[in-house]
Amino acid sequence: MAFEGLVFEEELVAIRKAIIAARTGGPEADSLVEELIRKHDILASQIFTNLSPWQVVQLARHSFRPYTLDYISMLFTGFSEIHGDRGFADDPAIVAGMAYFRGEPVAIIGHQKGRDVKQRLYRNFGQPKPEGYRKALRVMKFAEKFSRPLICLIDTPGAFPGIEAEERGQAEAIARNLREMSRLRVPIIVIVTGEGGSGGALAIGVGDRVLMLQFAIYSVISPEGCAAILWKDASMAETAADKLHLTSEKLLKLGIVDGVLPEPPGGAHADSRSMGATVGEAIAQNLKKLKSLKTAKLIEERYTKFRQMGVFTLALEG
Amino acid sequence: MDLFNRQRSPLQAPEEKRVPVGLWVRCNSCHEVLFKKQMEQNLNCCPKCQYHFRINSKERLLMLLDGATWEEVDANIAPCDPLDFVALKPYKNQLKAGYSSTGMREAFLTARGKMGGIPIIIGAMEYSFIGGSMGSVVGEKVTRAVELAIHEKCPLVIVSATGGARMMEGALSLMQMAKISAALARLDDARLPYISILTDPTTGGVTASFAMLGDLNIAEPNSLIGFAGPRVIEQTIRKKLPEGFQRAEFLLEHGMLDAVVPRSQLRDYCIDALRWMT
Ligand SMILES: [Zn+2]
Repeated sequence: MAFEGLVFEEELVAIRKAIIAARTGGPEADSLVEELIRKHDILASQIFTNLSPWQVVQLARHSFRPYTLDYISMLFTGFSEIHGDRGFADDPAIVAGMAYFRGEPVAIIGHQKGRDVKQRLYRNFGQPKPEGYRKALRVMKFAEKFSRPLICLIDTPGAFPGIEAEERGQAEAIARNLREMSRLRVPIIVIVTGEGGSGGALAIGVGDRVLMLQFAIYSVISPEGCAAILWKDASMAETAADKLHLTSEKLLKLGIVDGVLPEPPGGAHADSRSMGATVGEAIAQNLKKLKSLKTAKLIEERYTKFRQMGVFTLALEG
Repeated sequence: MDLFNRQRSPLQAPEEKRVPVGLWVRCNSCHEVLFKKQMEQNLNCCPKCQYHFRINSKERLLMLLDGATWEEVDANIAPCDPLDFVALKPYKNQLKAGYSSTGMREAFLTARGKMGGIPIIIGAMEYSFIGGSMGSVVGEKVTRAVELAIHEKCPLVIVSATGGARMMEGALSLMQMAKISAALARLDDARLPYISILTDPTTGGVTASFAMLGDLNIAEPNSLIGFAGPRVIEQTIRKKLPEGFQRAEFLLEHGMLDAVVPRSQLRDYCIDALRWMT
């Protein structure tokens, strides 16, 4: 079978396969497994400390990366999916529902990509249509009505750019979500787990805490789209990825995200369980802090957080 | 205080769709050769076919406000280059070029004025300044306009003309969508009127935030309005788009606009609506 991962992780994947093979060897292979893991982690830290923004883009889009439904099954119990916008359709590019986080009732909304060809088509590559955003809004209001905190997981290339999406008001659906999320009367934790593609990501991203996985990206436009417009050459995507400041490290400095969740050696997909544990801890800690705030203060702080975003100067005259 | 008469910059023709300089112009739609003065007297619409030429932010305020006068606010908010962005051209140079061609520091003009005697806060996007794109400054100016309307308990009118969020400021531009929409939630909570006027073109992150959040969302005839641009959609679906797709009349038909209002009736429409609402 051809190698399915990224070029720069080929050696790591080979070691991971060797680890899996060695584990079947029984207790006497334990020392070999340990040795291989050590080798993997050392190599991973060498490769991953010097990733280019373009390599991070590749990782953020990695098809083995844990998706929303993976986090739901790892971190939540009793998930009951809520379908449809009660107007037009159910959009499989966004999943939403009721669940329990460590015993506490919460609402979840997240983009969902597909892993194989069939799933990808079904999920429209994680690109929601207006009905997806309207379903999300419905679940936000549902969470508000029953005073349940909201967890949003972002992983989308962007809102779907298609005829029917425009006909049904893609822009209006996104805009409305931004306005309503800003005044939703329950705590909102947002985590960018993979791709944060522009307005299609932000439409479920106005939260009290916005966290980002180490090798996730968040951008105003895809590097390919930016290259096509500003360089008139889509092959300049690698350069555009660098210029757009779309990595977690850069976005933390710009004050766009509140925190970065470190990924395990080799990235989130190399050890989904450990990534899940990190995400779970982050949700637990932030939920505790946010729940201690009075609703008015919660909303005031959410407003202030987004109000401060942007960089400009004040000219002296006129 | 910056009054229109002192601030007025010469008419610019930065692109084809703007009114061309000279005595005569050719209509983009019916191709009739028109006497420019006559067209200007017709609010920059073709007297023959009523094709709406693009107009700049000052001309927009001039045609909408009582006595064609206003007091500009927040004129001193200026852009920087937070990402040190360079593509084919340095972003800094584009900002300078925008300033020298429009006389404006950024792609948004905010003012206090009156409409039918009602004091309002009004803002107009300047399409000839880097495609009317929204970076930190436009985001800040729109947000301040919303907050000013709340503070002065008066209606807000915003005229959009934009290609969307400004790529050269990366995610900072994206976040302006959330910032402005949050301010608009407060305006909504304060039960103050907001009329959003969408003009040709209004696309991307501006449509997906404040342009679609008016109590009334109205548009000039034939304006291109959408989230994704037509070229992006064509590339995605690999099909030619139908005639009239994403035009104001198409959006009206699909329930996305409250009205399509010709430029000649825009001021009266707003005054009537504001009187009803206030
Ligand atoms: Zn004509």
